[in-house]
Amino acid sequence: MNDHAAPRRPELVCPAGTPASLRTAVDAGADAVYCGLQNATNARNFPGLNFTPDELRRSVDYAHTRRAKVLLAVNTFPPAGQFQLWKDAIGIAASVGADAIIVADIGVACYAAREYPQLRLHLSVQAGASSPEAIRFYCEEFDVRRVVLPRILTVAEIADIHRQIPCEIEAFVFGNIGMMAEGRCSLTNYVTGVSTNMDGVCSPAAAVRYDEEADGTLTTRLGSFVIDRYGCGENGGYPTICKGRYSCAAQPEPYYAFEEPRSLNLSALLPDLMRAGVTALKIEGRQRSRAYVKSVVAAFRRAVDDIMAGRQAALTDLIALTEGHKETQGAFQSKSWR
Amino acid sequence: MLASPRASERSPDLPWPLPLLRFLPLLLQPILTLIGTQVAKAQPDVFARLGPHAQKSFVIDPTDLPFVLVLKPRPEAPALSAWRRGNAPHSHARIAGSFLNLFDLIDGALDGDALFFSRKLRVTGDTEAVVALRNALDDVDGGVVESITRAFGPLSGVASATVSHLRTLGGRGKNHE
Repeated sequence: MNDHAAPRRPELVCPAGTPASLRTAVDAGADAVYCGLQNATNARNFPGLNFTPDELRRSVDYAHTRRAKVLLAVNTFPPAGQFQLWKDAIGIAASVGADAIIVADIGVACYAAREYPQLRLHLSVQAGASSPEAIRFYCEEFDVRRVVLPRILTVAEIADIHRQIPCEIEAFVFGNIGMMAEGRCSLTNYVTGVSTNMDGVCSPAAAVRYDEEADGTLTTRLGSFVIDRYGCGENGGYPTICKGRYSCAAQPEPYYAFEEPRSLNLSALLPDLMRAGVTALKIEGRQRSRAYVKSVVAAFRRAVDDIMAGRQAALTDLIALTEGHKETQGAFQSKSWR
Repeated sequence: MLASPRASERSPDLPWPLPLLRFLPLLLQPILTLIGTQVAKAQPDVFARLGPHAQKSFVIDPTDLPFVLVLKPRPEAPALSAWRRGNAPHSHARIAGSFLNLFDLIDGALDGDALFFSRKLRVTGDTEAVVALRNALDDVDGGVVESITRAFGPLSGVASATVSHLRTLGGRGKNHE
């Protein structure tokens, strides 16, 4: 990577789980906001979250009036015989004037490219396309204009991919990060019978249970499995299997078999990512609150603007919003990450 | 349905005079009824977001106050009532934390996940119902508290001033201990 190359102004792509969150993101400086419909067509199909078609239409109007884009995530994989729901979602995106749809399934991508050629296609992280060959396939076959890269690549690898593909790159810079191969994780399905990739929900809340004992110990369960037991006052995390702490015969103490609860924060790597050819910086967290959206979007807006103006980026401390109150640069800095 | 709250939550160390403690839920009830009615009228979309969880009941437990609130967010007749700690009816879910944290959480000024990560928010019972409630309240523009203060009509200015005072005391937007 050429350290002296001028950074390119990236698009700041921000999450919204509700119309109020979308307006908050736009007002806080988002260039684009991504969201989903209230069904299994998106990977944050949580109770009380997401948009009706009418809410989406009004939200697109709000964003466009303020020169922000709206990207609709249609990024789950249709189960056999249920493709119509995904077709409907793409039709809604086109009818309300969404600026792009984010897809993962090749059937959905094919349908969108054929029926709505004017609708810009982004390839979701859920597609797990991590090689130039895979990305070029989507570009050539479905006219994909942007790829959201899996969170398993170093910045140097991203720069290398950038030189070999004909589309834009979007990279996550903040938020929840899992160890599993994105779009291929079946841990939730194994435990709950509900699929992250087809039903759009990792660790469904209906299967989550918290029990706190008199001494303050908190036990987190997913289905019949204990995910973790936090001591009194110990910071907690999401009840996902990949962040669980387990006992086994080979370990003297309960241990994190995959990864500790912690969040991705690449604020210190922003100049490198921008020089590597990343077109869009993505903030994770459609399941989070307006307060999270406001704080994180504003922090990254300031950081990007500082970098583009040649100033040292003012990196706001976001540790209070991170899972387990811990941060990581994950694989972006080094492959030594677990 | 949930079991009763932990014994340690039944008697917070606060200097509340016993007679006031005994009658506080009763004194609060007209105000709480007004709040429930006003929010339902001003924010009907909240019930759509709750979906089937609107038929559930929630204990909201400000652990530093001598009473708990029971919320039944029925679209046709939402009910918010105060109960002496330990006397609240069984509910589907319980949400517990300091008054100021719950206040800012409900108003969209604090992030629920962050509070949960820091163990300053406790959730027991029907987790799905709690997630639905959190998301529904978070979609209220301007926050639920603004809707509530409007419920006081000519006294809304006094209500707003009281809210501002509370926030000044607690440090608005911070993760309150």
